[in-house]
Amino acid sequence: MITTTDLTKVYRSRGREVTALDGVDLHVREGEVYGVVGQSGAGKSTLIRCVNLLERPTSGTVTVAGQDLTALAGRGQGAGSALRRARSRIGMVFQHFNLLSSRTVRDNVELPLEILGVSGKERTRKALELLELVGLGDKAKAYPAQLSGGQKQRVGIARALAGDPKVLLSDEATSALDPETTRSILQLLRDLNEQLGLTVLLITHEMDVVKRICDSAALMRDGRIVESGKVTELLATPGSELAQELFPVGGVPSGEDRTVVDLTFQGEAATKPVISQLSRTYNIDISILGAAMDTVGGHQVGRMRIELPGRFEENVVPIGFLREQGLQVDVAAIADGPRANPTPLLKEGAK
Amino acid sequence: MTWSEMEPLLEQACWDTLYMVGWSALIAVVGGLPLGVLLVLTDRGGVLQNVVVNKVLGQIVNIARSMPFIILMVALISFTRAIVGTTIGPEAAIVPLAIGAIPFYARLVETSVREVDGGLVEAVQSMGGSTWTVVRKVLLPESLPALISSATTTVVALIGYSAMAGTVGAGGLGDLAVRYGYMRFETELMWITVAILALVISVIQFAGDLAARGLSHRGRSSVAPRLRLLRGGAPRAGKPAPAPEPRTAPAELESAEPTKVL
Repeated sequence: MITTTDLTKVYRSRGREVTALDGVDLHVREGEVYGVVGQSGAGKSTLIRCVNLLERPTSGTVTVAGQDLTALAGRGQGAGSALRRARSRIGMVFQHFNLLSSRTVRDNVELPLEILGVSGKERTRKALELLELVGLGDKAKAYPAQLSGGQKQRVGIARALAGDPKVLLSDEATSALDPETTRSILQLLRDLNEQLGLTVLLITHEMDVVKRICDSAALMRDGRIVESGKVTELLATPGSELAQELFPVGGVPSGEDRTVVDLTFQGEAATKPVISQLSRTYNIDISILGAAMDTVGGHQVGRMRIELPGRFEENVVPIGFLREQGLQVDVAAIADGPRANPTPLLKEGAK
Repeated sequence: MTWSEMEPLLEQACWDTLYMVGWSALIAVVGGLPLGVLLVLTDRGGVLQNVVVNKVLGQIVNIARSMPFIILMVALISFTRAIVGTTIGPEAAIVPLAIGAIPFYARLVETSVREVDGGLVEAVQSMGGSTWTVVRKVLLPESLPALISSATTTVVALIGYSAMAGTVGAGGLGDLAVRYGYMRFETELMWITVAILALVISVIQFAGDLAARGLSHRGRSSVAPRLRLLRGGAPRAGKPAPAPEPRTAPAELESAEPTKVL
């Protein structure tokens, strides 16, 4: 649905060049919720703004719903109107809502319809219908200044849907909202994705957003996509940075001669009493250094860092047992000794 | 001088002032609005970024803004003759008044329009809106309260400028105060003129503030500080700021103080 190939964006200012995007290949399938995560300055915002050509990429192509937008972005009047038509079929939601303060909620939702040239009556009908859909049917006559943050974002979403888009871009839509409101807005996005078959590309720095609604995710750093794929597959990928970010399991081994193992539970395995079985079967003491459990895309997923006594060589059999149970097992820091930090951790940023 | 002598003079002067200020304010708004919007659009990072056009327009506005009005009036005499066919009377005063006020209002418009959140422009662009849509649906409606405040400031400034219109025999309240009050020591008439001017300016300011506030839906945050500045500014005949950036807005407002009239 959305494909970018070798997308590059270089900002030039006063002789200095800043590469915001460095050959980004993104592929978003139809009907999925795709999350792009990364620290501030990783190029997420530039990426999403390149998708509807609010930023003109320096090189590379952007294709949305089979249409090559970069080809439309040439100079000249005809090209401009073709690009504007294409944009009107891509909804966009913003971090700071960007509602017109001089218009009522209903008039804000009507704005894209005015641009599309829809007649007055039809506009009103559609706007009220959309407000009903996002749960703000009673606020049509209010002004944005009278709404709470979550309500404003609902208006923003209704407005983004006015042009019947197939694709919704969300630029940190929940980052200015409190956790409770964030959850309800994410739920709304998920519902819209399911009810309307809407493809959603969202960027965020909150890992929780990815956990909650994303089918697929990509991790950006320094203008590049470091990792991407379906969230469930990423979790099953040994040494995946995204998996580590989604389920951060810390914990330093208690001493020498210990084997540290990271386990990832998914589906069936998540419900089995694996640890106690391991302990009983092999008569070993297991310490849990860190653990995280959550639901991702309706599946129970967990990660756990455990410590087994003895070196790796002594623990080959128990580790084999864990693998047999259908768990994904990453043995950390075999060569470096127990003190080294086994998995490369991201610095701050994504929480 | 008795009241019956003064009355027709005052009445005529009032009409002259109203006539001059009304027309020149109208022309200033019609001319200054697009100019101010263009200054924002062509600026760096604007929708129609064009550094050359922006610099040229900005320079023209700066020169016109820094010209003392009385000199502008004299300098424009031949131009005035070409336009209205005479260099004497209220019609002749309207031309330099309007030309002086266009860049004045344009700068105020520029400052007001620049205040509009860039995110709104982006939102409308993402909906497929053209530059014209951006101007019509975002920049103008969102800055309307500030545009009205600016127009009020311009009208008040024009009343000040119109006092100098007597130089070209245009009459008006300012001219009356100078000719009778100052030159003929009719102190009483002068004070009446002053009172009328004060009253007119207060009414205009009040109406402008009321309209601006009525149109603002952003709560009290955005427009209120501006209004307070207008009302509470110390009466100093400030020199027009040479290159007003958004931040120097208060300086610009000061230059519109009614003191000049007196």
